[in-house]
Parts: sequence; C-alpha cells; structure tokens
Amino acid sequence: MPWTEVAVERTISSRSPDKNAAGRVLSYRDALREALGQALKRDPGVFIMGEGVDDPAGVFGSTAGLREEFPSRVLDTPIAENGLTGFAVGAALAGMRPVLVHMRMDFLPLSFDQILNHAAKLCYMSGGRSHVPLVIRAVIGRGWGSAAQHSQSLQAMFMQMPGIKVVAPSSAYDAKGLLLSSIADGNPVIFIEHRWLYDVKGGVPKKEYLVPIGKGVVRRTGKDVTVVAVSLMVNEAVEAAKELKDGGIDIEIIDPRSLVPFDEKIVVDSVKKTGRLVIADMGWRSGGAAEIILGRIHDRIRRYLKADVQIVALPDTPTPASHRLEKAFYKNSGDIAKAARKAYGLRKK
Amino acid sequence: MARQGRGRDLIQIYETMLRIRLFEERVIRSYPGQEMKTPVHLCVGQEAVAAGVCRNLTDKDYVFTNHRCHGHCLAKGMSMSSILAELYGKRTGCCKGKSGSMHLSDPDRGILATSAIVGGNIPVAVGAALSLKFRKSRNIAVVFFGDGAVDEGAFYESLNFSALKKLPVLFVCENNFYATNSPQKARQPVDNIFKRGGIFGIKGFRCDGNDAVEVFDLSKGLIEKIRKGSGPYLMECRTYRWKGHVGPDCDFEKGCRPKYELDGWVRKCPVKRLEDKLSRKGLLTGSGAEKMRVKIEREISKAENFAKRSRFPNTGELYEDVYWKG
Ligand SMILES: Cc1ncc(C[n+]2csc(CCOP(=O)(O)OP(=O)(O)O)c2C)c(N)n1
Repeated sequence: MPWTEVAVERTISSRSPDKNAAGRVLSYRDALREALGQALKRDPGVFIMGEGVDDPAGVFGSTAGLREEFPSRVLDTPIAENGLTGFAVGAALAGMRPVLVHMRMDFLPLSFDQILNHAAKLCYMSGGRSHVPLVIRAVIGRGWGSAAQHSQSLQAMFMQMPGIKVVAPSSAYDAKGLLLSSIADGNPVIFIEHRWLYDVKGGVPKKEYLVPIGKGVVRRTGKDVTVVAVSLMVNEAVEAAKELKDGGIDIEIIDPRSLVPFDEKIVVDSVKKTGRLVIADMGWRSGGAAEIILGRIHDRIRRYLKADVQIVALPDTPTPASHRLEKAFYKNSGDIAKAARKAYGLRKK
Repeated sequence: MARQGRGRDLIQIYETMLRIRLFEERVIRSYPGQEMKTPVHLCVGQEAVAAGVCRNLTDKDYVFTNHRCHGHCLAKGMSMSSILAELYGKRTGCCKGKSGSMHLSDPDRGILATSAIVGGNIPVAVGAALSLKFRKSRNIAVVFFGDGAVDEGAFYESLNFSALKKLPVLFVCENNFYATNSPQKARQPVDNIFKRGGIFGIKGFRCDGNDAVEVFDLSKGLIEKIRKGSGPYLMECRTYRWKGHVGPDCDFEKGCRPKYELDGWVRKCPVKRLEDKLSRKGLLTGSGAEKMRVKIEREISKAENFAKRSRFPNTGELYEDVYWKG
C-alpha cells in the first residue's frame, strides 16, 4: 500500500502545529494543490474529478496545473452531481481513490442519494467486506450577494450520516495534512474548505505528512473561556481573542479540525479548566454543527460549567443577497467576543 | 394583414433585444463601481432566444429561468427598476434584496422561480405545467436552461414525466457551448441536444439562436401546438455568450476560450442581424432605431437612479419572508 509509508504527524501536541512547521510558508490553496500533486504521484489509484477541475482558474487555484501533469487522472465532468458521486463510489469500491471536487457545497444535496444511501452505507451493508475510499471536497463560503443557493455551510447534514467522516481544516498546514489523510483513509470523507481561507498562509512542510482525522488542536491557550471554532471561525476567534484580551478575558481556542470523528477530549479538558464554553460555526443554529457538538459533549462537561454554553451560528433564515442583510446575517469576531463576554459574565446559579 | 402582424412582432422583438443588450451594457459599465454586490451572469449575445420565445407568451404563461436570467425576465416584461434595485440589494428590488441577480422573480409576470442550481428549474417548470393541466388552462410553461443543465439527470426525468402526462411545457435549451468554462464537447459525446427527447416521444428542433426570426417562428408554432394539448416540445437554440461565465469581463484572455471563436460569434450579433433585416424590409429606419435606443437608455437611467436612491432593507427584514404568512 503506497500510503502506509507516509508518517502520521507526531509533532502535534496540544499546540498549533503551524508554529512548529516554520521554514516554508504556503497558502492554503497551494497546500491543497501540493497535497493533490503528491497523492497523484504516490498512488496511481488516486484520481481527481469534478466540474471544471481543469479550468484555467483551477478551483480557486487548488487544482491548477494538475491536468498538465496527470492528464489521464484529472477529469472534467458533466454537471451531474448524483451520477458523478455514484461513479466515484463505484470506482472507490473497485480499488481507486477518487477525489471528487465541488466548487460549492450547495451542489452536494443533489448527490445526497449516493452519499447517504451508498457511500455512507456500503461498508456497513457489506459487513465490512467492501469500503469506499472517497474524498469529496466541498467549498463553502459567502459574500458578494451569493444568496441562498450559493453560500451554504451544510456540514451538519453530513455529521448526521454515520459511515462518513467530515473534516474542516482552517490552516494551510492542516489543509495539506488532512487532505492526504482523507485520501489515505478507507472511508468516504467530506472535506470542507472555506473560500476565504484559500489566501491564508502558514508553515507547510514539503514532505508528505498526515494530520490524523479526529484530533483537534488548541490554537490559543487561555484560562477564562473555551471557544470551539469551526473552519473560518477559527480565524474570527483569533481576532476575538485580541479584542477580549484588552477587556481582560483570556480565551482558549480549540480547532476541532475534524467534525466526525470529533475530538471530545480536547474540548472536555479545556472546559474543565475554564468552566465556560462558546461554540462557533458557520452553519445554521437549529440542528447545526454547533448544536451537534454541544449535544455530544454536554454530559461530559455539564458539571464543570460555570455559565450557560453560548452558540455562535447563523440565524435560521436562508442567506439574503443584499449586502446590508448579509452583514446582519453572518457572524464574525465581534459576535464571538460578545458570546465570550456573555459566558464570562454569566454565573450559573 | 398577417404580414403586418408579423412585422409588428419583429419590431417588438427587436426592441426587447435592444433593451436586454443596453441593460446588460449598463450593468457592465456600472459593476466596477462595486455598488452591485452580487455576481452577474450576463446574456450579451444571447438576446434573440429570450426575445423570440417570450414574444409568443402572455403574462399568464409561466417562465422558469436560471442564473443567466436577466434577459428572460426583461423579455417576459419585468420592470428594469425592480431588477436593478434587486441587483443593488435594495428593498425596492423585485425580491426585496433577498435574491440578488441569480434568483429574480416576478409572479405577476409569470416568472415564478429562478434557480441557480443547474437544471434545478427544469422539473419545477414541469410541475407548473402539471398545475396548468389540472386547472385546464390554455397557458403554458417555458423553461430556459443551458447546455450544462442537459448533463443533469433531472432533465431526463422531466422529459419523461412531461411526455407521459402530455404537459404544456416548452423546453428551451440555450446552447452557448460552455458550462462555466467547460466546453460542450468535454461533457457530451454527441452534439444532439435537440434529439434528447426522442426516446420519450418528444419532438425536438434545433435553430440558430442568433436569428431572432427563426427563434420566433419556431417557438410560435410549437407554443400554439402546446396550447392545443400536444404535450411538450424541446428546442435547442445555438448561441454564444460574449462575456465570461460570471462578471462583466470577457475571459478569452484567461485562456478560457479562443478569441477567434468569440469574434466569429460577434460577427453574428443577433441585435445587429435583426436590425439589418428590418431595415432591408423597410420596417425600421436608422432614425427609428436611434429613437428606440434613446428611449431605452432613458428608461435604464431612470431605473438606475431609482435603484441607487432606494433604501436598503433594514436588518430586521432578514427574518421576514422565511415563512409565508398569507
Ligand atoms: C447543480 C449545480 N452544479 C454546479 C453548479 C455550478 N455552475 C453554475 S453555472 C454552471 C454552468 C451552467 O452552464 P449552462 O447550463 O450551460 O448555462 P450557461 O452558464 O452556459 O448559461 C455551473 C456548472 C451549479 N450552479 N449547480
């Protein structure tokens, strides 16, 4: 197996690995591109397909040039999401490692049948005799009047489907390491990227490395409030930390990196210390990732809580187009800071 | 007499095409000002399809369209002010600032829904046609979609069901040969979109989508038959978009398509073509065309002023319209 040689990153302690990886700085998009290139090179079973993966723009630059290097394994496709997912599932069952790319997560609901009823179930239904090593890259994002059908963060829906894994890297380092892990994994993985992260830069080693799926990381240590932040929200939380520090509140930021499986321990350990919890996600409030996370850990943290848990998530409305309404709709560092202050100020009786 | 009637139709079609062209050109000029904060998928070069087909429709006929919807909406009679205000994100827009450019709608004009999910509008149009049939209406539903939408399974499911139930729906594929930047030949093994209804018993026709007269005549015949209960038809109109997939710029510089291809299609400009035809027939004079242009530009300026001066929605309006209050 070509993947068995790739080392699992061991430098990951409780600290952000970005600092350890100093030396070479890459953008998130280039880190993804490098991971794909290395995976294609390492394993002849890997192939990439999706609408416009050979486009001159290269899916925000993340697939740019790969078609030239691997002409037979970078496939532009018809616009047929459910069919495509089925093709990928079949290829995976029959020994390949497809990476299916979607420019926006909003198009994934068209493939729900194949994801939910096939990809997620085939291992179980075959009693573990078959498996589906499939990565589905899905770009989430927002802004510029993208409106209700081009802006959605649907991670919660996938968190509801046993049999698939869901990851959402927020740094360039994790983008590369988690993408390689996802491709190496024997299961279907939904790989979530936020459009606003593509330009984010960080230390990225040139060698291949695997960031383990299911292991969170502490991005910032703090003693007063634990903030669990998903994907882009990690960056917003880092901003919020600066703002809060002036007000004397010291937040600890946890980046779970992977939503399924979820690193409960890292959150529980943090809440033990701080007694306060804020969860920030870019999906909807009701039944969203934040609520699912809270539901998972609540039993384990309730006795340490000194205040009610605060959730920062989108209001339960579709995304509006008007700039003015978008501003009211989306959450940012200010909202995280507000939630942290609220948690800090609130004493539970 | 009939001839005169047709002449009038053609003048109207010309005016509609000019309105679409000038409207889109204004968007192109204003867009860099960054006041329209919404992606725009322009239909410059494709005006003849919208204008030619919609000339055969009434307010009570339904039109369903996609992300490239400005032309269809104008041709179906939507006001420029309500469209522009929507593009500017204002409360006075057709959708109160909720839709932006990709989901324009106006139920009063029969534009019930516009989907930016490729192919998403096709089954919805079939459903509207089903409703018309239930209500024994003589109206029809028309759905505009691109060659990209033909890739989707929903297209075939829609053909099958609409043929089965003999529904009053006209499928209009605007084949501009690209989906985003993926050429038709990279997605479809055979260039025969108009034949794809054949296996379901749906007759299909191909026409020059840059020839408004051809589009008009073909769709007129099909629409009349559909009104009489023939069931669905499929039309493939071959045309071309002059601008990039999204935004006001062109894209051949980025290597998305060859310049000579664009140049060839610009030479077949649908607006110019109809103008020449009309003037050859003596139906339109140079000064007549000029007058029309001035009138339309004035209308656009008025709409733009309206849009710019309108108020933004209040942030509380974010929560409005999530559910129908009736
Ligand atoms: C279900 C779905 N998949 C992918 C997309 C991304 N997308 C937006 S427009 C487009 C191309 C559509 O091409 P076509 O239908 O030919 O219309 P055109 O833009 O050429 O008018 C694609 C792939 C989408 N909006 N919806």
